[in-house]
Amino acid sequence: MLPSLFVEQVLNGFQFGLMLFLLAAGLTLVLGIMDTINLAHGSLYMIGAYLTATLVGTTGNFWLAVPLAVLGTALIGMLLELSVLRQLYQRDHLSQVLATFALILIINEVVRMIWGSQPLLLSTPEALSGPVELLPGLYYPAFRLVIIGVGLLVALLLFWLVNRTKVGMWLRAGASNREMAQAMGVPIKPLFTLLFGVGAGLSAIAGAFLGPILAVQIGMGESILILAFVVIVIGGIGSIKGALVGALLVGFVDTAGRAFLPLLLSQVASPEVASNLGPALASILIYLLMAVVLFLKPQGLFPVRT
Amino acid sequence: MKKTVWLMVLLGLIGLSLAQAQPRTVKIGFVSTLSGGGAALGIDVRDGFNLALRHLNNQLGGLPVEVLVADDQQNPDVARQAVDRMLKRDRVDFLTGIIFSNILLAVGDAIFEEKTFYISPNAGPSEYAGEQCNPFFVNVAWQNDNLHEAMGQYVQTRRFENVFLLAPNYPAGRDALTGFKRYFKGRVVAEVYHRLGQLDFSAEIAQIRAARPKAVYAFEPGAMGVNFIKQYAEAGLLREIPLFLPGFSADADVIRAVGRGMVGIYNSSQWTLELNNPINQRFVEDFRKTYGRIPTLYASQGYDTALMLDAAIKAVGGDLSKKDELRKAMLAGFNSTRGFIRFSPNGYPIQNYYLRQVIQQPGGEIINRQVGTIFTNHRDAYVDKCRLR
Repeated sequence: MLPSLFVEQVLNGFQFGLMLFLLAAGLTLVLGIMDTINLAHGSLYMIGAYLTATLVGTTGNFWLAVPLAVLGTALIGMLLELSVLRQLYQRDHLSQVLATFALILIINEVVRMIWGSQPLLLSTPEALSGPVELLPGLYYPAFRLVIIGVGLLVALLLFWLVNRTKVGMWLRAGASNREMAQAMGVPIKPLFTLLFGVGAGLSAIAGAFLGPILAVQIGMGESILILAFVVIVIGGIGSIKGALVGALLVGFVDTAGRAFLPLLLSQVASPEVASNLGPALASILIYLLMAVVLFLKPQGLFPVRT
Repeated sequence: MKKTVWLMVLLGLIGLSLAQAQPRTVKIGFVSTLSGGGAALGIDVRDGFNLALRHLNNQLGGLPVEVLVADDQQNPDVARQAVDRMLKRDRVDFLTGIIFSNILLAVGDAIFEEKTFYISPNAGPSEYAGEQCNPFFVNVAWQNDNLHEAMGQYVQTRRFENVFLLAPNYPAGRDALTGFKRYFKGRVVAEVYHRLGQLDFSAEIAQIRAARPKAVYAFEPGAMGVNFIKQYAEAGLLREIPLFLPGFSADADVIRAVGRGMVGIYNSSQWTLELNNPINQRFVEDFRKTYGRIPTLYASQGYDTALMLDAAIKAVGGDLSKKDELRKAMLAGFNSTRGFIRFSPNGYPIQNYYLRQVIQQPGGEIINRQVGTIFTNHRDAYVDKCRLR
C-alpha cells in the first residue's frame, strides 16, 4: 500500500471525524445532561449551513459569514429551547422524539419556503480552493486542512470549557447526577438554555465548514444526525471525550471502509463482485463497529453515569 | 314496453354522441425528482416539457392536456406511491418524468401491468432494453450506456493507455461503466462504485491520486457531479490527470455551479445547443427567454417527450385506446430537437452522438460547444435480445 494514499486517507478520516464531533458534542450534552432526545439537532446544522450560504452571498466574505451564522444559529437554538424543548423535559422519551421529529418537518418546510427546494451553492473561499503540498508528492486540499484546524481548535476550547470553568463543572455535575446537582444549587434553567445555544452553535460550525464540501440542501441534517447518534452511543452518552473518540473512530472507519475495503475485496473476489459488495459492506461497517462496541461496553466507551 | 326500450336506446345513443362530441383530454402523469441533489435534472425536464406544451398551445395531437406533477424526492417508495395514485385514482393516459433508473425500475412493472405507456425522458436502464423489454416502454432520450459508449470511443481514439472509472452504485452507474468499457480497449486501472447521492469524494480522490491513471472517466449526475469536479479541482488533479465526462456531468447545471474550472473538458451528448434545425433553434431561444438560463440536454429531453406524444396522438387521430397503433406511431419516429429520430423495437432511439467541449465565450459565458460527431445512427447494444418487433 502506498504511504501517501494511507496518509491522505488518515487526514480524510480525521477531517470527517472532527466535523462529526462538532455535531455529536452538542447532541451528547443535551441527551446526557438534559436527558432529552433532540432529533432536531440536525436541523440546526442545516440552518447553520443555510445562514452561512446566505451571508456569504450578501457579505462576500466567508470568514465574516461563519461567526455571524454560528451566532444566529445559537440564537435560534436558544429560542427553540425556550419555546418548545423546555416543555419536554418532564415528558418521556417518546413524546420528545415525536415533538422534535415534528420540529424537523416544520423546519424543513420553513427552509423550503425561504430558500426553495434546490440545493444552495456554497463555494470554498477562493484562497483555499487549491491543494497544499504537505510532503513531497503529497497534496491535500487547503480547505480540508483548515477544517481539521478549526475542528481541533473547537475541541480544545470545549475541553477547556467543560474541565476548567465553573459552567463546565456544573455541566459535569449535571451529567453525572442531575437531581443532586439541582439540590446543590446549580442554576439549571439558564444553564440548559445556554447549553442548547452552544450545541446549536457547534452544529452550525459543522454546517458552515461542511457546506462547501457537501451541499447545502434540505434534509442534509437527517443523514448526518444518524451518524452523530452512532457516535454518541459509541462514546457514551453525556461524555465529551467519548464524543471525540467516537467521532474519530466513525470518521476513520467510514473513510477506510470506502477506500480500502473494495481494494481488499478485489484481491479475493472478481472485480464484479468486489464492486458490488464493497460499497454495501463499507456502508454497514460503522454500524458493525457500533454493535461490537455495545457488545463489549454496553454503556459506551466512556460512560458518564456509573 | 317496446317503445320504452327503443326510447332508452335512442337516449343512450344521444348520450354517446354527446360524450364523443365533447373533446377528450389527455392526462399525463409527470413523476420526477424535483427536490434534493437531483432536483436540477427533474426541474430541467419539467421546464422543457412545459415549454413544448406552451408551443403546442396546451394540446397534444389536438387533445387538450392535463398534467399532474409529483415530486419523487429521489426515493423509490415515494415514487411508487405517486405512480399508484396516478394509475388507480387519476387514471392517467401516459406516465413520464422519472430521472433515476433505480426509481424507474421500482415502478416500471406497476405501470406496464396497467397497460399504460411510460415515455421515459431520461432513465434508460439496460434491463428494459434487452430480454425484459416492454411494449409499453419508450425512451425518448437514450439507453443508459450510450453517452458513455461515445466517451469510451473518444478516449480510445485519443489513445490513452489506461483509465480510472468512477460511478455511483445503482443501475445507471453500472450501465455507464459497462458502456464505456464496450468501446475503450485500453486497461482499466480501477472501477470504483460509491453510494448514490454521496457528496464527499475525498476517499475516491485519494485512490485516483495513488493509482496515477493516464485519464479519469466519471459518471456523476446532478449534485454528485458538481461536488466531484469541484473536489477534483481542489485536490489539484484537474491539471494533472485529464478528466472525461458524459454530458450528464458537464452540462449547464454543473457548469453554473463549478464555474471556470470546467473550461476545456470534453463530454458526450445526443443533443447540442447548436444543432441546426428550426425545432432546436426555437427551443433554445425560447427556453433561455422563458427561464433565464441555458438549456441542458435534460431540458431538450423534456421538450422532445411532449413532441413525441403530440406526433403519436395525432397519428392515431386522438383515439388513445388504439395502443398498438400508438406504439407503432411512436417507434416510427418524430421531428425532435435532434432532427428526425427513429426507434428500435425495444423503444430506444437510433441517433447520433456528439462530442462537446466546455468553452468560455468572449463575453465570459461558459457553454458547451459541439466539436465533433462520435457515432452516427447508433443503436443500443441490447436490442437483439429483445423479442418485440
